[in-house]
Amino acid sequence: MIASTAPRSTPSVPSSASLLRELAALLPVGALLTSVEQMRPYECDGLSMYRRLPLAVALPTTEAQVAAILQCAHRHGLPVVARGAGTGLAGGALPQEDGLLLSLARLNRIIEIDPLARIARVQPGVRNLAISEAAAVHGLYYAPDPSSQIACSIGGNVAENSGGVHCLKYGLTVHNVLGVRAVTVDGELLEIGGPAPDSAGYDLLALMNGSEGLLAVVTEVTVKLLPKPQLARVVMAAFANVEQAGIAVAAIIAAGIIPAGLEMMDKLAIHAVEDFVHAGYPLDAEAILLAESDGTPEEVAVEIEHMEAVMARCGATSFRTSCDEPERLKLWAGRKAAFPAVGRITPDYYCMDGTIPRRHVGDVLKQIAAFSTEFGLPCANVFHAGDGNLHPLIFFDANKPGDLARAEAFGARILDLCVAVGGTITGEHGVGVEKIDAMCMQFTTPELACFHAVKKVFDPAGTLNPGKAVPSLHRCAELGRMHVHRGQLAHPELPRF
Amino acid sequence: MTAVFVELARERILHAAANGGALRLRGGGTKDFHGGALQGEVLDTRAHAGIVAYDPSELVLTVRAGTLLAEVETALAQCGQMLAFEPPHFGTAATIGGCVAAGLSGPRRMQVGAVRDFLLGATLMDGRGETSSFGGQVMKNVAGFDLFRLQAGAMGTLGVLLELSFKVLPLPATEMTCVFECAAAQAIDTMNRHAGQPLPISAACHAEGLLRLRLSGNEAAVRAASARLGGTFDDSGAQFWNDLREQRLPFFAGDAPLWRLAVKSTTPPLAAAGAELIDWGGAQRWLRSSEPTRTMRDKAQAAGGHATLFRNGRRSDAFQPPARALFALHRRLKQTFDPAGVFNPGRLYPEF
Repeated sequence: MIASTAPRSTPSVPSSASLLRELAALLPVGALLTSVEQMRPYECDGLSMYRRLPLAVALPTTEAQVAAILQCAHRHGLPVVARGAGTGLAGGALPQEDGLLLSLARLNRIIEIDPLARIARVQPGVRNLAISEAAAVHGLYYAPDPSSQIACSIGGNVAENSGGVHCLKYGLTVHNVLGVRAVTVDGELLEIGGPAPDSAGYDLLALMNGSEGLLAVVTEVTVKLLPKPQLARVVMAAFANVEQAGIAVAAIIAAGIIPAGLEMMDKLAIHAVEDFVHAGYPLDAEAILLAESDGTPEEVAVEIEHMEAVMARCGATSFRTSCDEPERLKLWAGRKAAFPAVGRITPDYYCMDGTIPRRHVGDVLKQIAAFSTEFGLPCANVFHAGDGNLHPLIFFDANKPGDLARAEAFGARILDLCVAVGGTITGEHGVGVEKIDAMCMQFTTPELACFHAVKKVFDPAGTLNPGKAVPSLHRCAELGRMHVHRGQLAHPELPRF
Repeated sequence: MTAVFVELARERILHAAANGGALRLRGGGTKDFHGGALQGEVLDTRAHAGIVAYDPSELVLTVRAGTLLAEVETALAQCGQMLAFEPPHFGTAATIGGCVAAGLSGPRRMQVGAVRDFLLGATLMDGRGETSSFGGQVMKNVAGFDLFRLQAGAMGTLGVLLELSFKVLPLPATEMTCVFECAAAQAIDTMNRHAGQPLPISAACHAEGLLRLRLSGNEAAVRAASARLGGTFDDSGAQFWNDLREQRLPFFAGDAPLWRLAVKSTTPPLAAAGAELIDWGGAQRWLRSSEPTRTMRDKAQAAGGHATLFRNGRRSDAFQPPARALFALHRRLKQTFDPAGVFNPGRLYPEF
């Protein structure tokens, strides 16, 4: 467990007792938590190395309560941090010590499923997987499937623009959300998008997706439902080195195939997983690829054969192709259990989320291995190869002095490298508090100023999720981190490939 | 030449901003008919042209905004790929920048998504002459707000687009079109039912008593689906979809006002037979109508969407204004990107 920031014993706002009474009056009985014991579960999200207790936790059950709470907070200048299921990996829902934590978990109703129009209207606290479960009777499902989908909520997915294993083919949250209802910082209701394919004027819906709770609080989401493919099959291919696996990824795409999923795991990850779930992965492989095809049986048969041929040409040493659904699920079970499997073999791990152009996969993995030696910390690689979205898992022991700092420094180097090869510091987990310094590396001062200006359009006083997602210009200047501008590298010591 | 363009654009923006002037951002002018008023001195973006980067195995194309749309599509087709949202050209001079600014997508939009869904990043110059890049050249990127997607359909009111990056897709191995004779109401029901099935339908349109479904994908899948759907094989299908995309079908001829209504796909027919063409599986309706703007807007709103006066009408009525609270955000966003109101005043809404 990582040392937490000590909770403040007494709130500093002088009128806080009366403020808390005012907030409590807007909510059902017992829906405003103020004791340390009650608030403890809310002190962090999935990035547990950052912890803070808020002034209070509000658990509204209706949109009207959300609006009333926001109005009240706005009147008092009280910072508000919205939270879904708390599964985020970047500290986006980390509370503000002098602020309110607004949990949307109790807005958890599926309002409507329209099977003919293939639309679901749901409240933000509905779990991602619950939408697909409810739509299944109609042969429909909600496509984005972040690995936390049994727990994460759709409101959080909108805030983070979550991805998943199938987003190469089916898109991110932004591609699958048709509309939202959201309440602004001063309590005004916005209806953005709806059942139609687009809306008039600026595409504010695109702006809301991935805005990390900085612009408004989402109170309802309309999502697109897709017909469930008739069939899905997965091929697992083993490779004797990661470069060849990387080349195979590019070759599959170059052959005109868009696999439903295309995932890579390296040796360390394979071994961790095999010990844990016995998925049947080859222990002598340096890397494996999992390539899935879905569609009609005819389509899948042709695509699987095509992918196998391409991977064989790229040097795959063995294949295993699922023949039925249990076998497919077993092959995926290893990939899906990769994070917990790694969690069994190291006291702590730090999950990174950079995305790079696919052609750099082999070289970047080699460089990460070199960093691993330099920092003296092992690193397993599990990632969405089809999207170029890396998830290096850096092993460390929080009880060893200096280990966390080294892990963070190692992670920062990986993100620098991602930006240097033309990628991004976060593919799907978000910036939150975790990658706020790395933002200084990816964006120039005018770009960051533009993000701040857009934030101000929605939230002039800056009380919605303050301190997240976009660093202050002052902070970047203090760090002395420079944006890589058009090929001029800030870190000339990094190899360029 | 491109560095010269960027410098020239900056000078003209700063000059206009300092003197209360306006710039009319223009590529090939193929969409001059569309949207609100044309005001300001023309800034021709075609000097800023050329493909910057394209690696087919990355599925990513980066291109300068003044590049001809046709040139982009040819380069992609040579590598077996496409802009999957099938943007209409409305003329050979169409540029990729104009395509993004107008935010228009063609028949395949119902299956794959719109312009904004395929944008990965944009570099633009704002009303202060400042150049910024948002998004990037990778498939997944959640760093910063998606300000690049905001440019799609903004009608050039937020800045001069300089460079654009797109996700591109492989061309389908096979396409075929099936035709069915039926009335509009039945077509709407059929389109929606089929869209709920795992079928490779990439376009669905009802016009003049005929429902056409386009199937796209590998040959085995297309053959199996066509056997299941039945209907008559349309051997001029490719021509039909292209004519629909470019508004060259007889429905689009003549001077009557042309309305575009984006609605919930299950919305019943909105006009008498012959006056409505149904695209995007029911979600995009083209109407020839002289009814008052108010009536059309109400009709669209009742169907969960909005109405655009696309051609042959009062320009200031082109786009449906959003609700009051959203409109306030529009004004403030415009103010943020273009404080002096230099870019395309009145092209999106008369108010800015």
